[in-house]
Amino acid sequence: MILEVHHITKRFGGLQALTDVSFGLKEGEILGLIGPNGAGKTTLFNVLNGVFPPNRGQVIFRGEDITGLPPYEVARRGIARAYQVVRPLNELTVRENVMVGACYGREALPLAQAARVADEVLATVGLAGRAEQLAGSLNVAQKKRLEMARALGSRPYLLLLDEVLAGLNPSEIAAMLDTIRAIREGGVTILMIEHVMQAVMSVSDRVIVLDYGQLIAEGSPEEVVNNPQVIEAYLGDPQMTARLMGE
Amino acid sequence: MRPWARLGFWLPLGAVFVWGLVVLLLREDTLRETTFTLMMFVGMASSLNILLGYTGYVSFGHIVFFGLGGYFGFYLLSQQGLWLLPAAVGGGILSGVLAGLLGLAVLRLRGAYFALATIGINEAARAFVSNFGPFGGATGLFVNFQAYQAYGGAGPALWTTFMYLWLVTLAVLLVSALVQGSRFGLGLMAIREDEDAAMVMGVAAPRAKTIAFMLSAFFPGIIGTLYFFKNGNVEPGDAFQLHMSIEALVMIMLGGQGTVVGPALGAVVYQGLRGYLLTSPLFKSLHLAMAGLFLLLIVLFVPAGAVGWLRHRFPRLRKVLT
Ligand SMILES: Nc1ncnc2c1ncn2[C@@H]1O[C@H](COP(=O)(O)OP(=O)(O)OP(=O)(O)O)[C@@H](O)[C@H]1O
Ligand SMILES: [Mg+2]
Repeated sequence: MILEVHHITKRFGGLQALTDVSFGLKEGEILGLIGPNGAGKTTLFNVLNGVFPPNRGQVIFRGEDITGLPPYEVARRGIARAYQVVRPLNELTVRENVMVGACYGREALPLAQAARVADEVLATVGLAGRAEQLAGSLNVAQKKRLEMARALGSRPYLLLLDEVLAGLNPSEIAAMLDTIRAIREGGVTILMIEHVMQAVMSVSDRVIVLDYGQLIAEGSPEEVVNNPQVIEAYLGDPQMTARLMGE
Repeated sequence: MRPWARLGFWLPLGAVFVWGLVVLLLREDTLRETTFTLMMFVGMASSLNILLGYTGYVSFGHIVFFGLGGYFGFYLLSQQGLWLLPAAVGGGILSGVLAGLLGLAVLRLRGAYFALATIGINEAARAFVSNFGPFGGATGLFVNFQAYQAYGGAGPALWTTFMYLWLVTLAVLLVSALVQGSRFGLGLMAIREDEDAAMVMGVAAPRAKTIAFMLSAFFPGIIGTLYFFKNGNVEPGDAFQLHMSIEALVMIMLGGQGTVVGPALGAVVYQGLRGYLLTSPLFKSLHLAMAGLFLLLIVLFVPAGAVGWLRHRFPRLRKVLT
């Protein structure tokens, strides 16, 4: 197990965002994380990479307890993240954005090497031609790719992807899925939150489902879509149900 | 590419080097005095730029480090009999250490809260010094005329002071350029753009910000000591003039925050304008209001400053104007 999550509970004031969440992630696996809006998926990522500490529970990464470490310490240990809402460093170039990941991520590279890694990574996500451009000038799909590139630039062991497919058109989605598979081939373990159900189902080895902060199901993609509890969780939301059923 | 492999790295350094050299060779007292003021502001604006331009934290309290560091350096010199150079470095170290301690407390604040806290610090420092016995309280400290004899008389002492200021200004520009082109500087700029995202990418923001704050505070302490030595005395009213902090901000914004040349250029241009306005009776009493208006116009219409605008407009200039 590269990542073990034990009994994580997270409250915001009176709101119970996560309740006793436990699961594990095997090395080299792609684990899908699904659940209705507001289920606590992004909050779980925030706890995993140290944005805020959990009220209870433990996060064990590569055998080390990383619960409550600040985000930059978590990043150095090899967990990288692509945000749901893109957060480009607007006044820096696309290359510099990726270099930040490379300079301060797991390998903590010096500038010159970081620039080389950045160019490699930008080529894999298809942004090579835009390296010199300011990140703020990219369009949404390109910014999504940049999020991914930045995370990859840090050469992580574990990649947390938060809805990287949202807002992309079908051909962009297909390209992104190829990129994700290629990343896994490169030995990176992936935990991905996704609403585009067919996409998660096609790329994940295993899927876990969060609903109101609780894990309600876990299994292969087929097992999960046919789980009555999962269907019920999504029934409150007709749009989500349609997605779950494969549109 | 190493930062010093670029032409832009040498441009501001070369300009200030030649400028100071020419003044030293011409040996004219009035020229020295005007150049002293200009270079002092080049140093102040460029040092503040390390915090404001690279890290994105707006401080209205930069003058505190000039005032307190200068006070301490002047104290070492006039009361403890230290030579000018070690005294000035002592002033710089005090400012740097102070910034380190303050940083732990105030750098946790973001945006406007940080800016407000820095105004508070300025007022607190003035009140403290006005009541601090060893620093002479409200009357301040002075050097007696004898002290200048050690430098060969008052005239040579002023030239020595000028030469040190010239070297310090070069040092500020060098540090600014090195930070800008370094891995550390990239981390600072990531913090400037989005601190939370930077931390998630692995930038240890609390430490990086504190180091940037200390670097930006170190040089004003040295400059303050040199300035007060040149004047022969220091008193609380001179040392903590909030308007100098604001003027340093105008200079940075005018020339271009986050660049090496911008703040230096902005300092020279602003001081020129200011000198012109001060000779006109109409503007004399209005010059701070004008500075405020100026700041507003820059922020609204050319937020990147002159150098930033040029870089944006003429991408080819990017290698030259860093
Ligand atoms: N920093 C915070 N402070 C207070 N409440 C929060 C905070 N972050 C999230 N929440 C709340 O926690 C709950 C879970 O939010 P979260 O963003 O984790 O959901 P999600 O599963 O990612 O949803 P979505 O699919 O819409 O992205 C929501 O009710 C949200 O309002
Ligand atoms: Mg979310």
